[in-house]
Amino acid sequence: MTRRERALQTARRGGLVTVIALVGLAVVYVRAIAFTPIERTQGPAQKIFYVHAPIAWATMLAFAVTGLLSLLYLTMRDRKFDLMAAASAEVGTALGIAMLTTGPLWAKPIWGTFWTWDARLTSTLFTFLLFVGYLVLRGALSDFEVRARFSAVLGVMALVLVPFIHVTVYWFRTLHPDPVVMKPEGPSLPAVMLTTLLTSLIVCTVLYIGLVMQRYALAVLEDVREEEEAGDGIS
Amino acid sequence: MAGNLLTATAAIARKDLKVEWRTKTAFMSSLVFAVLVLAVLYFARDKTSVGDFDIAPGALWVTFTFAGMLGLNRAFLLERENRALDGLRLTPVTPTALFLGKVIGNLIFLGVVELVSLPLFILFYDVPIWRQLPILLAVVALATVGYVAVGTLLSAMVVRTRFSEVMLPVLLLPFLVPPIVSAVQLTWRILALRPLSELTGWLSLLAAFDVIFFTLSLLLFEAILIE
Repeated sequence: MTRRERALQTARRGGLVTVIALVGLAVVYVRAIAFTPIERTQGPAQKIFYVHAPIAWATMLAFAVTGLLSLLYLTMRDRKFDLMAAASAEVGTALGIAMLTTGPLWAKPIWGTFWTWDARLTSTLFTFLLFVGYLVLRGALSDFEVRARFSAVLGVMALVLVPFIHVTVYWFRTLHPDPVVMKPEGPSLPAVMLTTLLTSLIVCTVLYIGLVMQRYALAVLEDVREEEEAGDGIS
Repeated sequence: MAGNLLTATAAIARKDLKVEWRTKTAFMSSLVFAVLVLAVLYFARDKTSVGDFDIAPGALWVTFTFAGMLGLNRAFLLERENRALDGLRLTPVTPTALFLGKVIGNLIFLGVVELVSLPLFILFYDVPIWRQLPILLAVVALATVGYVAVGTLLSAMVVRTRFSEVMLPVLLLPFLVPPIVSAVQLTWRILALRPLSELTGWLSLLAAFDVIFFTLSLLLFEAILIE
């Protein structure tokens, strides 16, 4: 199978995975709205949590994957890792926009303000901007090899920076709700709400995977075409 | 080997500073820029509710951040002209020496800008800190080392892009969150004569940032340089 055929196959599979995730997302919406009880203190506004928290998880996953793939590219110098890292960063940025929109929508009725300089908000905002910078840098470099190397360096630097930013802004005091699921004494969420949340978490992860597969396949196709054009130029 | 590294590092730093010394363009612009920012920020507030003392730490670090950005851009733009970097690559200078030389050159450049603007800051904002000066200088030095290490690495990358002058702040500013926030936190505590125990947390964060990012930048610099 040629590289192009493999990429087309990945694109088709990615499309399928995305469709499954979108169906799952519809299920999550229905379940969250109709079959999960309204939270006592926060009221209906709390429902956005079933989308916001899983999307935030997928965003952070996307950025972590970009950082790790950058590290892999720098050690192995395989184009594949660079294209995957870029695909993950792009999908992460899109998911990040969803995260940064759903959060304030919830915060306005609950905290009384759209935005606050709380630790988790601030560090996710900076992480998001870091990856926007990553994509901007890629856009400004035309040579494949240079672009791959430079963006991998930035990806690795970003991976190390994010914990630092988090500690820094955390010392500024924090307002974000404490973790309700991932904590030592076990989840404090009622089972029915937890099921909705976990379903959504799986769905958002699958959505991320589906989108990355498609974006990656597209990047490979672009790369194949560039190579062909370069080849034509020689002959 | 160690001797070679030191000689090469010193040669790179000396070369950069000599080029700067002959024209002093970047230095004078950074310095005038720093004074301007300090003066303009003085007016960026409601004087009746925000005192000199409250605005001073932020003003100082915003000034250093922006003045530093001007200097950092210069370090590799210099090598881009006439493809001087290719010439450097032909010399028996290791990437490590080149990075260290550039970092030292940048540190001296920014250090001098800071040393000249610090007394002006004390005068403008009327902060009586002569007795706290040693500890404040230590904080300035710590924050500047981390800043310059990351800035040198990133500026070596952005000179290869279009619009490099705009690109550097976009990439560098997120990396400045830990050092600059720590430095501002430390500065107001120092100005407010807080006990040393209130400084240790932020000081160790600053030191950890320096060690980790200096090492990381040094290791990654080779990946920027190879052709």
